[in-house]
Amino acid sequence: MEKKITDPFILRGILAGLAVAMISGLVGCFVVWRRMSYYGESIAHSSLLGVGLGILMGVGINLGIVFTCLLFGILFLWLQQSKLLSSDTLLGVLAHLALSIGIIVISMNRIKIDVHAFLFGDILAVTQNDLWGMYLAVLFVVIIICLNWSSLLLVTIDEDLAKAEGVNPLFINLLLTSILTIVVAVSIQIIGLLLITAMLIIPAATSRRLVNSPEMMAIVATLLGIISVILGIYLSVEIDAPSGPSIVVVSAVLFFISHFFGMFLKKE
Amino acid sequence: MKSINALISAKNISVIKNQKSILKNIDIQINKNDFVSIIGPNGAGKTMLLKCLMGFYKPEFGEINKKEGLKIGYMPQSIKVINTIPINVKSFITVRKKFDKISFQQVILETQIDKIIDKQLSILSGGEMQRVLLARSLLNNPDLLILDEPAQNLDISGQMNFYKLLQSIYKKRNLSILMVSHDLHLVMVSTKRVLCLSNHICCSGKPQQITKDPEFISMFGKDMANMMAVYQHSDSRHNHNNQNFIIGEENN
Repeated sequence: MEKKITDPFILRGILAGLAVAMISGLVGCFVVWRRMSYYGESIAHSSLLGVGLGILMGVGINLGIVFTCLLFGILFLWLQQSKLLSSDTLLGVLAHLALSIGIIVISMNRIKIDVHAFLFGDILAVTQNDLWGMYLAVLFVVIIICLNWSSLLLVTIDEDLAKAEGVNPLFINLLLTSILTIVVAVSIQIIGLLLITAMLIIPAATSRRLVNSPEMMAIVATLLGIISVILGIYLSVEIDAPSGPSIVVVSAVLFFISHFFGMFLKKE
Repeated sequence: MKSINALISAKNISVIKNQKSILKNIDIQINKNDFVSIIGPNGAGKTMLLKCLMGFYKPEFGEINKKEGLKIGYMPQSIKVINTIPINVKSFITVRKKFDKISFQQVILETQIDKIIDKQLSILSGGEMQRVLLARSLLNNPDLLILDEPAQNLDISGQMNFYKLLQSIYKKRNLSILMVSHDLHLVMVSTKRVLCLSNHICCSGKPQQITKDPEFISMFGKDMANMMAVYQHSDSRHNHNNQNFIIGEENN
């Protein structure tokens, strides 16, 4: 059957994609500022285990993902306290462990899911109920970030200064971990767990060239994310490709355009 | 023995980390309009003492008392701002601060940052950055200013300018200053008390007295003591004949 951009399931896919864009740009700025891309990647990796466990225990994949990723984040923050090994080493251990257990759980129990769809995203999988959940999560994340914006910003600029002024960095790290897990849960169907980090980083990185305040960077990153999602899904329907890679390619094209544009402007 | 003038006082505090004693039985009291400089070698626990006083490290033993409603301004040694965060001086100074327009104007004029207020934080020079950090610490009209080696990363003329600025703010604002600094010769005129720390308090007192203290001389050598004596007589002016005394600095 030929797919068309106006089909209801495609429109649902676009709506889901917009939900992703609304938080990935905002959260992505912190990922870029705090150099947390590998952390985001690791949390995304651990989500496959969440998918498996969610289906096994019958609580649904979203709850499974949030629970597993949170556990992963807390385990990491705890291991990090010893300061014996660097963060990227610890993440290297945990991310691949979680991915491996995830694959084992899914294959052992012969859970009937399309692993491919979870890795790269599949817009056909989005249901009406998923959409409600997604937008609720988006609202939650946006409110939490707005309420904690100044503390998040200060910790990002300088952790010691923030500490001295009464911000608890551990609380902020836990907050960011929780937010990241929600982003992963919201994004996994459309973007796929292997590409979620791209949606966090690329729009924020593109935005950096165009702005001179943190607030503008978040807003522009969100707009770039929205453009990427709409064009990306259109592309994926047109050439019958998975949605995740299509969206990422569009957003990377925007990145290079802004890069060259920026270079050109500097020369003028 | 809490006096009415005390803004903050630590009584017999000790900090032990990994079975190592970082601070040992420290007593310190900062009074109204005080100017206390803490000196001491690396690893002496200077920063830890500040952390305890500001209340973000709880000492294993002892107690800390603060005057009710005490407002503390804190200025760190330096901050590293990466280019990735697009933020200008004005936004940085005001993030997570309560202030009104008048005190904001006053602070930026006082610290002479009015001309760089729209500059991006990541392109500031060392001296500019220190003035910006000072401005931020002053924004909530603190009663007590705590500074941790505030001029460490500046060259000698930058240090002099910074301390001149600090002294004028101290005089104008009638606040108290607690500072970790080795540049005693540059703040000699304002410093009321010097506290020499090496995990325990080696000696403390007026700058003039402390340079004669055998403990001070054994820790910093005769050069430092002589240098400080020179500066006491010469009203803290920069003296090129004394350049070699910089060698006396123990900090990196």
